[in-house]
Amino acid sequence: MSRTDVPDPALLRGMTSRRLGRRDALRLGGVPAVGAFLAACGVEGKGTPQASVAPDAVEKFWAGRTRTGKVDFANWPLYMDPKKPELTRFTERTGIQVNYQEVIQEMGPWFAKVQPQLSAGRSIGVDLMVITNSVQFGQFRDAGFLAPLDHAKLPHYAANAAESYAREAFDPGNVFSVPWASGITGIAYDATRVGREITSLSDLWDPRFKGKVGMFADIQELANFGLLAVGLKPGDSGEQQWRRAAAKLKQQKDAGLVRNYYDQSYVDALGKGEIWITQAWSGDIFQKNLSDGTDLKFVIPAEGGTIWTDNMTIPVTAANPVDAIMLMDFFYEVGTAASLAGYINYVCPVPAAQEQIRKDAAAATGPDREALTRVADSPLVFPGEADYARLHYYVDFDTAEEQRAFQNIFQPITLS
Amino acid sequence: MNRVRRTLAPYLLVLPGWLWLLLFFVVPMATMFSLSLQQGDIVNGYRFTGHWQNYLDAVADYRTQLLRSLVYGLVTTVALVVLSFPVAYWIAFYGGRRKPTYLFLILLPFFVSFVLRTISWRQILTDDGMLLHPLKQAGLLPDGFHVLGTSYAVIFGLIYNFLPFMVLPIYVALERIDPRVVEAARDLYATPLTAFRKVVLPLALPGVFAGVLMTFVPASSDYVNSSVLGSASTTMIGQVIQVQALSNSNYPMASALSFTLMAVLLSGVFGYARMLGTQDVMKVAAR
Repeated sequence: MSRTDVPDPALLRGMTSRRLGRRDALRLGGVPAVGAFLAACGVEGKGTPQASVAPDAVEKFWAGRTRTGKVDFANWPLYMDPKKPELTRFTERTGIQVNYQEVIQEMGPWFAKVQPQLSAGRSIGVDLMVITNSVQFGQFRDAGFLAPLDHAKLPHYAANAAESYAREAFDPGNVFSVPWASGITGIAYDATRVGREITSLSDLWDPRFKGKVGMFADIQELANFGLLAVGLKPGDSGEQQWRRAAAKLKQQKDAGLVRNYYDQSYVDALGKGEIWITQAWSGDIFQKNLSDGTDLKFVIPAEGGTIWTDNMTIPVTAANPVDAIMLMDFFYEVGTAASLAGYINYVCPVPAAQEQIRKDAAAATGPDREALTRVADSPLVFPGEADYARLHYYVDFDTAEEQRAFQNIFQPITLS
Repeated sequence: MNRVRRTLAPYLLVLPGWLWLLLFFVVPMATMFSLSLQQGDIVNGYRFTGHWQNYLDAVADYRTQLLRSLVYGLVTTVALVVLSFPVAYWIAFYGGRRKPTYLFLILLPFFVSFVLRTISWRQILTDDGMLLHPLKQAGLLPDGFHVLGTSYAVIFGLIYNFLPFMVLPIYVALERIDPRVVEAARDLYATPLTAFRKVVLPLALPGVFAGVLMTFVPASSDYVNSSVLGSASTTMIGQVIQVQALSNSNYPMASALSFTLMAVLLSGVFGYARMLGTQDVMKVAAR
């Protein structure tokens, strides 16, 4: 995995320099009086350097906060057994009521939805939210919207989390987040239609699959594969590399290879034969095979795949942060992690959960036993060291300009 | 005192209406227009700088999608007139006692969510779905044949989803025609075709006009059909606006595109009204 021990440059800059605030810009710009009314109708940003990475930020945030007996938890759909056995256990043990809402569908819209309230320092009615290491993670972090975590309150995390998670480029040292689950982006294919084994990214450029290739509409995911296909590492890339990757992706599109740029609907398209080979998320394929009895294959391409992480975070305006961090830590108990991974089948951040699932499988009977054994043995839920070595992190942005340049380069491929 | 009250009364009566317009029309529009001239980013906030370049950039980057939306909207509207006129004509003149039932049947699919209906078409039209699979099995279609992801699928979806908005206004216009006028034409030796051309059609024209207005504008700015039934080469401008606003949080670009679309549609509608010799667009549409 291309994780580095060097802290994210954006974070460093956040600590050392002052951002140009909205008010400064107005003063500098000399907006004419006519524009004053129009100027009043805008989107406010945070506009101040974040204080939350200061050494006393953790103490400052947590001082005087106490348990309230409830947590509002915002998560993605299908990210927990609908019966929520883990939350029931948590409530039984602590007496804390959890209001679980599956309200996050995509990162962009979620950020856009909560940004105005967070900017104004108001509660968004959420104490714990699961957000991906995407462009928006950086936006949440840089705008100072995330509460710094008090690691003294996370004993199970310290004891059970896989070590590598503390080195994640988007949040080194887990200052603001701890992983909920990770996933691998690789290639999925229907072996009966493709007729051969798929091992490489170049298969997504194979003219034999003209019109039968699926790619992701998410431009970060798309760009990652373009970069890997031209032999570059997404984590170390810049504008010049992006242009090369975009050219490669454009070539794939112009040759008529790509049937469409998909959101989650690619699973359906693959199942129906609309596409034969596609960019895919590991857990989806594992779940699809398990639930529909299909035999779709998932591979991490020879050139490498990517790993993403969905992370538990506490918004800075949370009303019940103590209860939220208790729930956060609860998911790092081996039993809870095993029970969750057994259902969602994404990469589990607690390695010891694998052994626990094996034990559970031994105790179970019939199809349950078979399913649990498959989960415990799956390299997609518990990847080995060799798998991790081939996984890359996402493109990181140092500035908003860089991010806009990235969007301008890749967005025209999916929206043309 | 009485005179003051009398002078003020009309204004006071109109006040709620004005407040409504101000709150729900002027403020959002002004906000959007302001956004279209701002610069910045979502983290640090957008600020008003009178940046007209947003418009030039929006049009330069997305003129293909803008043009495509207008073409799709136009094709959809023409197809809708051709399809809806006979339907409306038949219901109006031959529907008899069952007219309400037929109208209800036209509207029935609309009790189901727009998005769900479109997704159902996705299931039907999919490559090896219930429609194409048997035809391919029978050798009537080549293996690689597909409908989903093509312009045809998107336009088909638009036609399907906007049909009632064309049928209903044309029906209303036809329904108002006094059958005796047609009889009179026939009495004066007009052939059925001439009677239709010279009497029925001109009288139905306001309905067609209203129908065109009610379908062309939303069809051109639709984004559901193109994202559910289309592919990367059928992107419409609504989809671009949606992605720019919701995924990229690029509000200035999204607003600039919306205003550009609005300007193009308005000039199109007024041009069309002129062509038909109609001075007051809204009056005809409301008839």
